[in-house]
Amino acid sequence: MASVITEKDIKHKYYVSTRNACKLCAPLGACLVFKGIEGCVPMVHGSQGCATYIRRYTISHFREPMDIASSNFSERTTVYGGSQNFITGIDNVIAQYHPKVMGIASTCLAETIGEDVPALIRDYQDANIDNKDLPLFVFASTPSYCGSHIDGFHHAVLATLSSMADSGKQGVHINILPSMVSPADMRYLHEIIQEFEIDAVIFPDYSKSLDNVFTHEYQLIPSGGTTIKDIRRTGTAKATIEFGTVFAKASTRVRATKNTPTAGEWLQENRYIHNFQMPLPIGINACDHFYNTLCEIGHKDMPEKFIEERGRLVDSYVDGHKYVFGKKVMIYGEEDLVLGLLSFCKEIGLEPILIGSGGNSGSMRREAFKIFPESELTLKVMDNCDFETMNEALCTVSPDLIIGNSKGYYISRKLKVPLVRVGFPIHDRFGGQRLHHLGYKGTQELFDRIVNALIEYKQENSPIGYKYI
Amino acid sequence: MGYILKERKNQVSVAGSCSETIDCNKASLAGSVSQRACVFCGSRVVLYPIADALHLIHGPIGCAAYTWDIRGSLSSGPQLHRLSFSTDIQERDVIFGGEKKLKSALNELINLYQPKAAFVYTTCIVGVIGDDVEKICQLVEQEKGIPVIPVQSPGFQGTKKDGYRIACEALFKLTGRINKPTPPHSINILGDFNLAGELWMLVGYYKQIGVNVNCSLTGDGRVEDIGNAHNASLNVVQCSGSMSYLAVMMEEKYGIPWKKVSYFGIEDMSEALYEVARFFDDQEMMEKARELVRKEFARLMPMLQWYKERLAGKKAAIYVGGAFKAISLVKALRLIGVQSVIVGSQTGTKEDYEIIRKLCDEGTIIVDDSNPVELSHFVKEKGADIFIGGVKERPIAFKIGLGFCDHNHERKEALSGYDGMLNFAKEIYSTAMSPIWQFTKK
Repeated sequence: MASVITEKDIKHKYYVSTRNACKLCAPLGACLVFKGIEGCVPMVHGSQGCATYIRRYTISHFREPMDIASSNFSERTTVYGGSQNFITGIDNVIAQYHPKVMGIASTCLAETIGEDVPALIRDYQDANIDNKDLPLFVFASTPSYCGSHIDGFHHAVLATLSSMADSGKQGVHINILPSMVSPADMRYLHEIIQEFEIDAVIFPDYSKSLDNVFTHEYQLIPSGGTTIKDIRRTGTAKATIEFGTVFAKASTRVRATKNTPTAGEWLQENRYIHNFQMPLPIGINACDHFYNTLCEIGHKDMPEKFIEERGRLVDSYVDGHKYVFGKKVMIYGEEDLVLGLLSFCKEIGLEPILIGSGGNSGSMRREAFKIFPESELTLKVMDNCDFETMNEALCTVSPDLIIGNSKGYYISRKLKVPLVRVGFPIHDRFGGQRLHHLGYKGTQELFDRIVNALIEYKQENSPIGYKYI
Repeated sequence: MGYILKERKNQVSVAGSCSETIDCNKASLAGSVSQRACVFCGSRVVLYPIADALHLIHGPIGCAAYTWDIRGSLSSGPQLHRLSFSTDIQERDVIFGGEKKLKSALNELINLYQPKAAFVYTTCIVGVIGDDVEKICQLVEQEKGIPVIPVQSPGFQGTKKDGYRIACEALFKLTGRINKPTPPHSINILGDFNLAGELWMLVGYYKQIGVNVNCSLTGDGRVEDIGNAHNASLNVVQCSGSMSYLAVMMEEKYGIPWKKVSYFGIEDMSEALYEVARFFDDQEMMEKARELVRKEFARLMPMLQWYKERLAGKKAAIYVGGAFKAISLVKALRLIGVQSVIVGSQTGTKEDYEIIRKLCDEGTIIVDDSNPVELSHFVKEKGADIFIGGVKERPIAFKIGLGFCDHNHERKEALSGYDGMLNFAKEIYSTAMSPIWQFTKK
C-alpha cells in the first residue's frame, strides 16, 4: 500500500490560503449562461475589471466575441450606491446593442454594499414603461465569495427559468439542462433529440453563440442561444432531464437555506414537471441511462444511429482496453464533471488515485464512493481544494495520466505524465470549444484521446522508437 | 459615427480634421463595454514580474484566478510569481472581517516559500469591509523580517492607471534599503516586463555600449535589486504610462534623473541607446551606440525592405493599453509600409494623443478607452487589413476577417529591440499574407 496517498500527504486542511485555485468566480458562470440566451447581453454589476477579466478568460477558451457590459462602480458609487450607474449602464447597453434580454450578474462588491438589484430592475422598468423595446431582465445573485463559477452557472439557470418559465397545460416537449458543457456537446445534444424526433428545449444553449461560424461582421450579439419563447416553454414541458448530481448546494449563501433547488428541481416543485436528474452522460453506463431515459420519455425506440455509435464504442473499448487497464489516473475540475469522468474511468479499467475540485458541495466524496465503493482505500477525494494541494498530495504516488482542464498542465509537466484536456478552460490547446465529452460520441472521442495519450507516452519514452504500438 | 455613445463623442477624434484635444484620463462609461480592466489589474500587471516576492491577493477567488500566470514575463531564477495566492474570502469573512485570515495566510505562505518580500493586494470588497491591511502587513513584517507591502488596489477606486500609481508607490517603498557597489554608467530599466525575454535583449544592447543595468523594474525583477535601485545614475522609462510615477518619486527623493524611451521599432530602440549615451556625455559610449545601430541597421534593413515590398499599402488598426506603445507601433508599421488608420489606447494622456495626432496621416481615427461597437465600426469604415491589440480585441479582427497581431502582455513573441522589430514584421506578414483569407471574402 505504499502507493496510496495518505492523510499525511494532504495538509490542505491546515492551509488558510488558496494556492493556484481550481475554480473561478461565480459571475463567470452566470455570464456563460446569459451567452446561451438568444439576444442577451450580460452585464456585471460591479467594477469594470470583473467584466474585463471574465471576457479575457473566456475569449481565450472560446475564441469568440464575448461582450460583457459593466456598471463600472467608482468610489462614489460604492459609497452612495450603484443605482445611477446601473441606469446609465442599462441605457448604454440598450443604445449600443438593442438586446432582447439583459442578464445581470452581481459581484462581491455590489452584494457587500447591499445593492438591491431586483429593486433597481423594477425601478428601471417602471421608469421606462412606455418603451416597447425594453428588454427582459434576468438577475443572478453571484457574489464571488459564495461558491465558484459552477454555482454562478447553476444559479443563473435557476434565475432565468424561475423568472421566465410559463405555467400552464403541459405539452409534449421536454427540457434538457446540460450544465456547463462545451458548445460541441450542446450541438451533439441537438443531434440526439433530432434523431429521436423529440421536441426539446436545451437551456442554456451556447452551441452557436460561443462557437460560431465565420460571420463577415462583428455581430454585437452573436447569433444563437435558447429563444425567449423556448425558455418560457420550459414551464410547460412534460419532463426535464438535468445533468449533475452534486451541483453545489452547500456553497449557497449563509443566509439562504442549504436547500436551494436546482433549476430542474424548481420546475418540478413549481411547475410539476418530473425531473430526471442524472450524472453527465460520460461512459457507456451513464450514456445508456441517458439515452434510455429519452426512449422512455419520448416513447421511442433507440434510433439505429445510436445503436451503432454505442456498438462502435464497445468495439473500441475491446480494441483499446489493454492500453488503459490499471493505469493510475488523476481527475480534476467541477465536481459533476469529475464524477462523470470517474464513472467512465471505472468502466474502462483506469484506476483513479486522486480526484480534486475547487467545488465545495460536501457531497463529492459520497457520490464518488457510490461509483467506486471498492476503492475507498486507494482513491483520494479532495474537494474544496486547490492545485498546489493536489500537487503536494502526489508526492508519494504519481498518476500515469491526468484528466482535467489546462490549469493543471504544470503538474503534468512536473510529473512528466500526459494531460488529457477536458472541460473549461482550455487555454493551451486549440479547439477547446469543439471538444466532445457527452454521449456515445463524446465518450468515443474521450476514449480515443486517452488511449492515444498513453500510446504517445509509451512511444516517446521508449528508447526503441516503435513505428506501431 | 452615430454608433458612438454621446458621452463618449469627445473621446474620439480624427487626425487633421479639427484642433480640439481629445477627452481622456477619465473613468469608463457604465455600459460602454470598455476594454479596460480595473485598479487592481493595473497594480497586478506592474508588480507581477517580481519573481522572488510573494504576491498575495486578499479577496474572493476571481481576482487571483484570472491573474494566475498570465503575463509572458520570464524570470532567470525564481518562479514564485507564477503561482497564484489568494485569501479566497468567503461570506463569513465578509461578515466577520478577513484580517485574521489574511495574517494566517501571510504567515503560512512566507514560511512555506521564503520570499524576499510580500505584496498584499486588496480587492474591491476588502476596501469596503474595512480590514486594516496596513496593520496586518506591519505586524507580519516585524515578525518575519521581510518587507510586507500593502498594495491598496480595490478595483473601483479609479482606473487601471491609478493601479499603476499604486504599484509604483509599493515599489518605491522597496527602494533605498540596500547599498551595493554600483559601477559607473549604471541605469535602471523601468517599464520593461521581460515578455518573451525582451529585457535580456535590452540588457545585452546596453552592455555593448558600456552601460550597466543596475535594476529592472519589474521584468525579471528581484527584491534585492530594487532595494539598490537608488544607486543608479539614470532611470530609463519605457511604458511611461505605468512607470513615470516611480521615476518622479525617485527623482525627488534620490535625485535620479529620468528619460522616456521606447524599445519598439528600430528608430525608437536606437534613440533609446543614443539618449542614454547623451546623458552620460561619453564620446566612446556614443561611438559604440552608433556602431551598434549601424550594424543592426545593415543587418535588418534588407530584410525589412523585403517585408515592406510585400506589405506596402496595407492598413492597420492599433488598440493597445498604453499610448506610448501605440506611438512606437505607428512608426514601426510605417517602416514596413503599413499605414495606421486607427490608433487608440486604454490609458493615453492628452500629450500622448497630441503626439499621435501629429504623427499620423490625415483621417486617422484616434480614440481613447474604446469598445467593441466602436472598434468594429472603425475597422470597417477605414478598411483596415490588420488589427494590433490584445486577446480581447482578437475576435473583433477575426470575425470581420482581418489579420491580427497580439501586442499585449500575454504574448510569447519578443517584439522589442532589433530582433523584436524583425519578429514584429514576421508577425504582421504572417497574418496579412495567410492564404486563408480567400475563404473569408464574401
